[in-house]
Amino acid sequence: MELAQDQLGTQVKAQVKNFSFFYGSNKAIKDVDLEVLDCKVTSMIGPSGCGKTTLLRCFNRMHDLYPGTRYEGEILLESQNLLSLDPIEVRMRIGMVFQKPNPFPKSIFENIAYGLRIRGVKDKGVINERVERALRDAAIWDEVKDRLKDMAFNLSGGQQQRLCIARALATDPEILLFDEPTSALDPIATASIEELVIGLKGKVTILIVTHNMQQAVRISDYTAFMYLGELVEFDRTDVIFNNAAQQRTREYVSGQFG
Amino acid sequence: MALYGRKIGHRLGVSLLGLAALLVAIVLVALFLTLVVAAWPAIARFGWGLIGAAGWAPNRQVFGLGPALYGTVVSGVLALGLAVPVGVGVALLLTEEFVFLPRSLQGICGFLIDLLAAIPSVVYGLWGIFVLIPALGPLAAWLHGVLGDWVLFATPFLGRGMLPAVLVLALMVLPTIAAIARQSLGSLDRELRVAAMAVGATRWEAVRGVLLPAAGTRILGGVLLALGRALGETMAVTMLIGNVPDRIEASLLAPSSTIASLIANEFAEARGLQVAVLMYGALVLLGLVAGVHGLAEGILQWRSPTGNGRP
Ligand SMILES: Nc1ncnc2c1ncn2[C@@H]1O[C@H](COP(=O)(O)OP(=O)(O)OP(=O)(O)O)[C@@H](O)[C@H]1O
Ligand SMILES: [Mg+2]
Repeated sequence: MELAQDQLGTQVKAQVKNFSFFYGSNKAIKDVDLEVLDCKVTSMIGPSGCGKTTLLRCFNRMHDLYPGTRYEGEILLESQNLLSLDPIEVRMRIGMVFQKPNPFPKSIFENIAYGLRIRGVKDKGVINERVERALRDAAIWDEVKDRLKDMAFNLSGGQQQRLCIARALATDPEILLFDEPTSALDPIATASIEELVIGLKGKVTILIVTHNMQQAVRISDYTAFMYLGELVEFDRTDVIFNNAAQQRTREYVSGQFG
Repeated sequence: MALYGRKIGHRLGVSLLGLAALLVAIVLVALFLTLVVAAWPAIARFGWGLIGAAGWAPNRQVFGLGPALYGTVVSGVLALGLAVPVGVGVALLLTEEFVFLPRSLQGICGFLIDLLAAIPSVVYGLWGIFVLIPALGPLAAWLHGVLGDWVLFATPFLGRGMLPAVLVLALMVLPTIAAIARQSLGSLDRELRVAAMAVGATRWEAVRGVLLPAAGTRILGGVLLALGRALGETMAVTMLIGNVPDRIEASLLAPSSTIASLIANEFAEARGLQVAVLMYGALVLLGLVAGVHGLAEGILQWRSPTGNGRP
């Protein structure tokens, strides 16, 4: 779907074109067209099983880890089709934060440094500096700066999730993908993650899957509504929630199904 | 009344369990004490010195457990040195999907590895004598020819010796290591590998940098259990190692001995002090194996928070 107005001055970071995805013979994403705008937050909403996670994982080629999956169409990252790039290269450029916090069984510091190390960064000063910057950007620096050598598992769930965000931020991703990052967290931890996502606007392009419609309203600039593997409607978040063009979207955002 | 009956049943059950545990403890203590008693003449005569001494001539009452102890430790450690990379490699192949092995093929591979553990020791020994040693001949001759200046290959290959014993031992402990490595890797959270790859790691980087360190303590515990088994392995080693207990020989091509093989080889004709010396050897072996097992259990119990994925 093209955004006619309101995108003057904003660039398209990624463009999904005539895109389908298959688990074996099951077509889980059906002919989707979508534009992800640079340095904005775009949320994906829709009833359970509509394909939000599936579409999100196409962006960093996570499906390549499993046999029998197939992509069709294009996802352009700037002007390169990321479906024809090496999946490792794609994952080096596009970060991901998962539903359940999943830190490595390493120290807080090493969790963040890992991504830098596999990219061949050896200089200690550079690593220290980028770890600190990532932790600051993920709004967790003050809480962990005195215990960087502690195991990451000793952090609370919300802190672990912010650590995972820092881990993804440390390598300067072009796009950051979030899959229901707050669904395993309590309201306070959720609020801090939302605040952090809002703080990242203007620095990194964010694509976030959420079940929580208030959350989509609070944090996202654009919203995509999916249903049964199709993209039903994509527009500015306020339009989707107040003035949607499609009947189905209006029904879903007003809580009539899903 | 019914409750009374159930309480009796409970007491009876607990007592039986306690009795069983006590029995095990009694048997262990009795075993140890009878060994000490039987070994006493040798302990009294040689003291600690026997453990390190070299020389073996029972008719002249010359004894030393040093060469056998050396052979025990060296054969065990070398066998593990070979088996650990292979076993962990097999485990990685079966759990980490470096290649998309079909489930059925994974199952078959796992089964075959487990089957290695079920083959009786004597069959390994037989196979070693009639298949492995003849096959090793040319390779050993080549090693001695080319690397003969090096102490490890300094003697000509005589057939039975350290090399075939080590190779067969490695094969015998392989299933233990593969099984434990597989379990340890398999028990890691699936999310962990996905997380590593999402950061941009290749499968190998994920394995090396995240998964192996996470499973490492448990794998190490398993490796030590396997070492315990290798140190005490008797039949196959006795058939293959050549049983020369009187000197320490660094060459892998030369015959050697282990404590277990020494005992198995000599107990039938042993008389008097020689029996006591063999019992002394049994005590040394027991101590060694108990130490290794204790260390393994310690590591497995300790199991740092990294060992098991998230709490
Ligand atoms: N690994 C898989 N193999 C086969 N089909 C799958 C797989 N994962 C998901 N699907 C199917 O693809 C469709 C989309 O699933 P997906 O997980 O993307 O939904 P979702 O919108 O993220 O749902 P939720 O809100 O519950 O997380 C569903 O019909 C699901 O059954
Ligand atoms: Mg989902």
